[in-house]
Amino acid sequence: MNKINSVSDLKRWKKDIGKKQKQFKTIVSVCGGTGCHAYGCKKVRDQFAKVIKKDKVGKKIRLRFTGCRGLCERGPIVTIQPQGIFYQRVQEKDVPLILSETVKKGKILSHLLYDDSVTKRKVTSEKKIPFYKAQNRLVLGNNGLIEPTSIEDYIGIGGYSALSKALFHMRPEQIVDEVKASGLRGRGGAGFPTGKKWEDCRKTSGDTKYIICNCDEGDPGAYMDRSLLEGNPHSVIEGMIIGAYAIEGTHGYIYVRHEYPLACKNAETAIKQARKAGLLGKNVLGSDFSFDVEIAKGGGAFVCGESTALIASIEGRVGEPRSKQIHLVEQGLLGKPTNLNNVETWANVPLIINKGSKWFSSIGTEKSKGTKIFSLVGKVKNTGLVEVPMGITLKEIIFDIGGGQQDGRKIKAVQTGGPSGGCIPASLFDLPVDFDSLTDVGSMMGSGGMIVMDEGTCMVDVAKYFVHFLQEESCGKCLPCREGLKRMGEILDRITEGKADGESLALLEELAEVVKDTSLCGLGKTAPNPVLSALGYFRPEFEAHIYQKRCPAAVCTPLIQYSISENDCIGCGACAKVCPTQAIKGEKKQSHFILAELCSKCGSCMDVCKVGAVMVQ
Amino acid sequence: MNFEQVEKIIDRHQEKRTALISILHEIQDHYNHLPEKALRKVASRLKMDLNDVYGVATFYKSFSLLPKGKHSVTVCLGTACHVRGGQKILKELKKQLNIEPGQTTPDKEYSLNAVNCLGVCAIGPVMFVDGKFYGEMNPLKARKVLETINNNKRKSGGKS
Repeated sequence: MNKINSVSDLKRWKKDIGKKQKQFKTIVSVCGGTGCHAYGCKKVRDQFAKVIKKDKVGKKIRLRFTGCRGLCERGPIVTIQPQGIFYQRVQEKDVPLILSETVKKGKILSHLLYDDSVTKRKVTSEKKIPFYKAQNRLVLGNNGLIEPTSIEDYIGIGGYSALSKALFHMRPEQIVDEVKASGLRGRGGAGFPTGKKWEDCRKTSGDTKYIICNCDEGDPGAYMDRSLLEGNPHSVIEGMIIGAYAIEGTHGYIYVRHEYPLACKNAETAIKQARKAGLLGKNVLGSDFSFDVEIAKGGGAFVCGESTALIASIEGRVGEPRSKQIHLVEQGLLGKPTNLNNVETWANVPLIINKGSKWFSSIGTEKSKGTKIFSLVGKVKNTGLVEVPMGITLKEIIFDIGGGQQDGRKIKAVQTGGPSGGCIPASLFDLPVDFDSLTDVGSMMGSGGMIVMDEGTCMVDVAKYFVHFLQEESCGKCLPCREGLKRMGEILDRITEGKADGESLALLEELAEVVKDTSLCGLGKTAPNPVLSALGYFRPEFEAHIYQKRCPAAVCTPLIQYSISENDCIGCGACAKVCPTQAIKGEKKQSHFILAELCSKCGSCMDVCKVGAVMVQ
Repeated sequence: MNFEQVEKIIDRHQEKRTALISILHEIQDHYNHLPEKALRKVASRLKMDLNDVYGVATFYKSFSLLPKGKHSVTVCLGTACHVRGGQKILKELKKQLNIEPGQTTPDKEYSLNAVNCLGVCAIGPVMFVDGKFYGEMNPLKARKVLETINNNKRKSGGKS
């Protein structure tokens, strides 16, 4: 790889890469996302490499180890181009067959195809799978076309062409105007207009200005930023360089959670490659503009996703937020003007520059433009990452893309916005998904976690979960958040233990309002949302815990009891075998029973019972 | 204790204070915890107050001042894992290892951690053992993962 010093160098490089890639007759892509890793994709990839190397045809096959493809639940995923064949749940043993049958003879292996449970048909290509059909994968789609550690792959699909357009065909103000006109809003959660932030930062004078990418994706249940930085790090870096040029930024940081080692590694590799190619460092692409990026690692503190706490963390201090009376665009990192955006926001920038603000703003709703990536998880059939145009309804996401309920239990709510958001009941599933609609119903967009809950999820338990989560993650600087959340957690503990009285709910609501109104930073200000939204939509569940001492979803252990149906039990003894407290008695082939005083209510018996004889109420 | 490694790590980061967290991570990766003497060294080389370094080392959850076990067992308690029964996995592991999250077994073999999200939400509940993710866990499967580690240890004559 030579240093690129001009636009024509970049074009030539792209052409050479195109020529090189034409040599390959087939491209086999193995998904290397974290979900697929858990299912053993590394072994599948290694096996492909081994068999291809042995075979003489190997020279004509390109093996690609890509980033996350989205349908994590069906991993490991393998696709074969140019035919566009989509194989799922591929194991090591399937590899020789894929190569000898599909790659060589063009035969499709039906046992590896996606099985559409609605039409009962096997689906051959990715585009026809219902999970992908309704999506618009503008940002995430490239994950499948490149190997994250190969800058050539990224250049090959037109990477860094937006940067070259920005540097040589646009003035910095023009770029800011373009981003403003696109209507792009911050994908980290709050939805602040990106162009406006850039404009403010550009207007602030200073010799040193910092550009930060926030990849401290702390929201539990969300992993789109991870998958983007892992799967397509160059797109994020390209967005940052364009932003830096527009704002006159001099130095950049990508702040990555320590829990995402692969994202750190791939981003680091991409930075090194970009530097070597002359896309980072002095005189980017041979222009007068200079800019460099480095990685800053987090230390496992949720609050560091908050911009001022994140900056404190990069400065090598304890991650405590400060008041935002002085904005970061005026005084941010090390007291210098700073522009901070989320990973997904940065990855949208090259698209806007390449295709124009008009094109971008044609997607989405009036006030929320473009697409948004959600992590569709929880009690839904197809779990994974989905990218949809803003304005699509929750119903379409959960039922058309997600495939609806998972194991026969009715879906009752979806949680969005992480610990700052709320639960939206199924009765509101016709709601269009955009920044403002979600806020109107007491939740928020957040970074894009979408956790589906069914009748087996207790809403009181979920509210309690979030309060305890935030109590633990509160930095402790301001009193309402530190003490208020602790007391709210205690009230919720009492409710789920059946020890609360009729006044608990009023007290809980009062406390929630105080914490919301008086906390210093976003963490505390939004912390009561999960409780208030659950109380608003699922009050009867709270009341059942308090007055009837009953948990309708059968989750809160102190309020539930396990029993075995005499009529259904076949006496196989599987439950007695797994019971950790030896609470299950019964003769072989005879109906078994549970000794309530010994039962630890772990639910293991229910998990192993093949005939569904174990009941809980 | 030999501090050559600490010096090397600090050199690599050019004594920059903005790299403090990365420096501490690398020290912890090497020594399995943050030894007091290493923290003193970091403070003096980065020209920081030891109090501040200690503050950072104790504020962030990834750091430990006590040595960790040979095997690291992490349970995810993110929302997606929570609604699919992550708590049950933690309960089972607590029972098996007889320690609380954040603790290490007396024989220094296992450390148990509970974290708020590992970002593998689609296949929850998830546990992360010695660098490997295990998805769609239940208490029984979790116990088996530990049993496999123990069996491997026995096979290799206690050396793992």
